Amino acid sequence: MCLAVPVQLVEVNEEMGVVDISGTRRDVDLRIVEDPQPGDYVLLHAGFAIQKIDPEEAEKTLRIWDEMADLGI
Amino acid sequence: MSFEYLDNYRNPAQVAELGRKINDLAGGLDRRIRLMEVCGGHTMAIHRFGLPSLLPANIELISGPGCPVCVTPPQYIDAAIEWGRESGGILTSFGDLYRVPGSEMSLEDAAALGLDVRIVYSPLDALRIAEQEAGEEVLFLGVGFETTAPTVAATLEIASQKPGALFRVMSAHKTMPRALRALVGVEEVSIDGFILPGHVSTIIGTGPYDFLADEFDVACCVTGFEPVDILNGILSLTEQCCKTSFFVDNQYGRAVRETGNEKAKKLMMRVFETCAGNWRGIGCIEGSGLEIRDSWADYRVPGPDPHDQTAGDPKCRCGEVLRGVLKPPECPLFAKGCHPEKPVGPCMVSSEGACAAYYKYQKLSD
Ligand code: SF4
Repeated sequence: MCLAVPVQLVEVNEEMGVVDISGTRRDVDLRIVEDPQPGDYVLLHAGFAIQKIDPEEAEKTLRIWDEMADLGI
Repeated sequence: MSFEYLDNYRNPAQVAELGRKINDLAGGLDRRIRLMEVCGGHTMAIHRFGLPSLLPANIELISGPGCPVCVTPPQYIDAAIEWGRESGGILTSFGDLYRVPGSEMSLEDAAALGLDVRIVYSPLDALRIAEQEAGEEVLFLGVGFETTAPTVAATLEIASQKPGALFRVMSAHKTMPRALRALVGVEEVSIDGFILPGHVSTIIGTGPYDFLADEFDVACCVTGFEPVDILNGILSLTEQCCKTSFFVDNQYGRAVRETGNEKAKKLMMRVFETCAGNWRGIGCIEGSGLEIRDSWADYRVPGPDPHDQTAGDPKCRCGEVLRGVLKPPECPLFAKGCHPEKPVGPCMVSSEGACAAYYKYQKLSD
């Protein structure tokens, strides 16, 4: 039930936003997140964005693996 | 970052490599370790992706109490149905709760008998119903952990701007750290490490779990829900156990900051205050529940007394499953009398219940 899915914000109008989920546009309430901007990825839970996804951190986990692959480990 | 980045967290080569690393590391352990995945979402993902088959024999995964529907006591369902009967109002609930057995019946049974019960995806949908059905009382069944409570708090604040809507909430919201304190102190379970709930931590951060490592010498890792996330978490816990050096690791940095989501925490505490929480199968834990504050009393429908411990179906072993004492297939009713279509206990109803996860994916994990 604590399921939250990462989605990209395509529009931001003050406390409301629009996300695109596989081609379907859906309203999302943004009042719980700090400074949301179009293009940001957010975690969507029960109609609300509950946190922004940090793109640098997202890549960090994966970068370790890419480096290992590059080194042939 | 492209949206396809999620695929990378399922990359089979990375998954296999992580499995190998965990096996190598666990080879150096002189004992068997038991790791509890607290969150029902983790339980589901672990079985869906068949992760137990990648782990060595001396790492055991056990499920915990982190499925909000599973820990909702039968008295709460009873109280909701009673409210519907007495007020004639409309009940609104997340779908997961719909088939959970109360003492006598579920919401689904009550709806078949004529109660107006509507399933919603968001508390905002429940508020919308209250606006459309002006003059009718609409009760939202507030079930969920710290992930969900801020969304309900926000909906109450929005409702206060809409005087025509008779929106109410019966709160059975619960908070995680106190429940973990209650579990870790129990001898019957003996937990070496916790895979901590990713989305609860999105809100509360990592700090509230420090006591687990500091006071109880238990390994801790917050992580996400993809195979690479979960295996990174297990790797971290195994490493902590090998080095006997314990801390709260964060392998879900993309969504979890150390202090969580300050805005959500403040909002939650404007509307709710802590109270005793009644956890099905575990009992009453002081300070683990959230009740609506007196300043919001107009919107509050009180739930049952959390100290009331009258049991549900005595044949159901959900209590032991939720404490990590019993694996679902060890329950005599598992797949014999208790199925997702005809559940005896909540752990078989909820899509994130441990019994449902084992039932659905058992063959994959074996
Ligand atoms: S299998 Fe059914 S009866 Fe047994 S513990 Fe799980 S939900 Fe309860």
